[in-house]
Amino acid sequence: MLGFAVVVFFVLLALLAPWIAPYDPVATNWSAIRAAPSAAHWFGGDELGRDVLSRIIWGARASILAGVVSVSISLALGVPIGMLAGYVGRWVDALISRITDAMLSCPFLILAIALAAFLGPSLTNAMIAIGISATPIFIRLTRAQVLNAKAEDYVEAARALGNPHYRIALRHIFPNIVAPLIVQATLAIAAAVIAEASLSFLGLGQQPPAPSWGSMLNTARNYVDQAPWMAIWPGVSIFLLVLSFNLLGDGLRDALDPRHK
Amino acid sequence: MAKYLLRRLATIVPTLFFVSVLIFGLQQLLPGDPAIALAGEERDPETIRYLRAKFHLDEPLPVRYWHWASGVVQGDLGESVRIQKPVSELILEKLPVTIQLAAMAMLIALLIGITAGVISAVKKDTWWDYGANVFALWGLSTPNFWLGILLILVFAVELGWLPASGYVSPFEDLWGNLAAMIMPAFVLGNAIAAVLMRHTRSAMLQVLSSDYVRTARAKGLNERVVILKHALRNALIPIITLGALEFGTLLSGAVLTEQVFTIPGFGKLIVDAVFNRDYLVVQGVVLFTATVYITLNLLADLAYFLVNPRLRV
Repeated sequence: MLGFAVVVFFVLLALLAPWIAPYDPVATNWSAIRAAPSAAHWFGGDELGRDVLSRIIWGARASILAGVVSVSISLALGVPIGMLAGYVGRWVDALISRITDAMLSCPFLILAIALAAFLGPSLTNAMIAIGISATPIFIRLTRAQVLNAKAEDYVEAARALGNPHYRIALRHIFPNIVAPLIVQATLAIAAAVIAEASLSFLGLGQQPPAPSWGSMLNTARNYVDQAPWMAIWPGVSIFLLVLSFNLLGDGLRDALDPRHK
Repeated sequence: MAKYLLRRLATIVPTLFFVSVLIFGLQQLLPGDPAIALAGEERDPETIRYLRAKFHLDEPLPVRYWHWASGVVQGDLGESVRIQKPVSELILEKLPVTIQLAAMAMLIALLIGITAGVISAVKKDTWWDYGANVFALWGLSTPNFWLGILLILVFAVELGWLPASGYVSPFEDLWGNLAAMIMPAFVLGNAIAAVLMRHTRSAMLQVLSSDYVRTARAKGLNERVVILKHALRNALIPIITLGALEFGTLLSGAVLTEQVFTIPGFGKLIVDAVFNRDYLVVQGVVLFTATVYITLNLLADLAYFLVNPRLRV
């Protein structure tokens, strides 16, 4: 519940950013350059005098958007391919499984960095890179779930009744494998939020001056002895959002699969 | 054993083939003429001509792949357009630094992760267990580049105990090397310690409820002996294998950690290559990483096979 509440908090923050952010997140102010936290600037000012709190609030948009969009890409690609592998079997399964193994052999973030580097640095490309890099996990999970479901009596019954394959797959198998996919998707959003922050930290995600927690930390690295608040708040925000998605994922797993309790 | 080894090796061949196709395919993502893009920012006409000839860019895609893969098999990953050095040489140059960082990180992860996991399992449903679980969640949710910055703030800026960044070779100054590497190694090991803690906890809980542990207790053995000699030794088998599989996390983490602490390793090589649009280095690093990962997976499988007699029946 705590995880869900914090996720909702950040989603509201992202949605209401234009109304609740005290300042324009890209407006510079020379009198607030590396200003310590005060009543005027609760989280202090950055190296260009921009309000850190406003940038944190607007930065929530990039993080949540990246998490949700990347995982949607992974689901849109991974679930149909995984279903195809699990349901059709034989050489289709062998081929898809080998491609999945190949993708899983490249560490997630390194593959995402390579894809983002070749696609060009931008938030959209970072989301595509993260989405593609996370796809093999969903292919594997879906395939395994379909293989289990295929052996169940209700699928046998649907086949005996003469249902076509696409109907068995979509109407009978798919609804029964949704629960583990939801759990995995929630945990994958946490990983995607960290991945987006990592890519932005490396300069491959959200481009300046648009705010992103990762790029804020990258800049803060150079001012850690003069303005530590620049490094503290973006990190706390990433930590809280990722932690809440992890807690939400764990909670969903306990709720949907009692064996994990 | 030989049969298993052969069967396992047979699955590697297609995986490596698809890895190579995937990495070769990265070049196709470059907008416009790949020769111009690969030539980096200088766009030296000489380099463009060299790249066009090297990659047979005027020929069809399968032919180009064939030429590229033939070179890779012979260890030719191309040449860095910026440093004008073979990519394989660059990788081998930077590798020892990352290997040291990874080894220290793994040691820290094993020490913290296994200790916390054992305590958590033995003291299940107590504050120790809750504390260890909080530590695992912290480890899994903290971006390591942020943890790195926080440690620099505390141990380098505030306390002045450790250097904020940089690297010293252990052959020049061993103490200086350890002082420079301890923070990055801790940052890198933190997330893996969390994963290992969770695995150790569940493996220990399973082993602690088994018959032979009950028998050992019934014999009146000291609880310490039961936990360390009977339970942990058996629980460690899957944990060590899983540790090898965490290699990917280790390398991904090294990219960011080396960036934060300015360590001239493998991770910094790929980041610098990205910024300098030195795409052949990026491609080479990904291919090398994937090959090492596949090899480590194979070794982990073999180790598991060797230490688990039931699999040999």
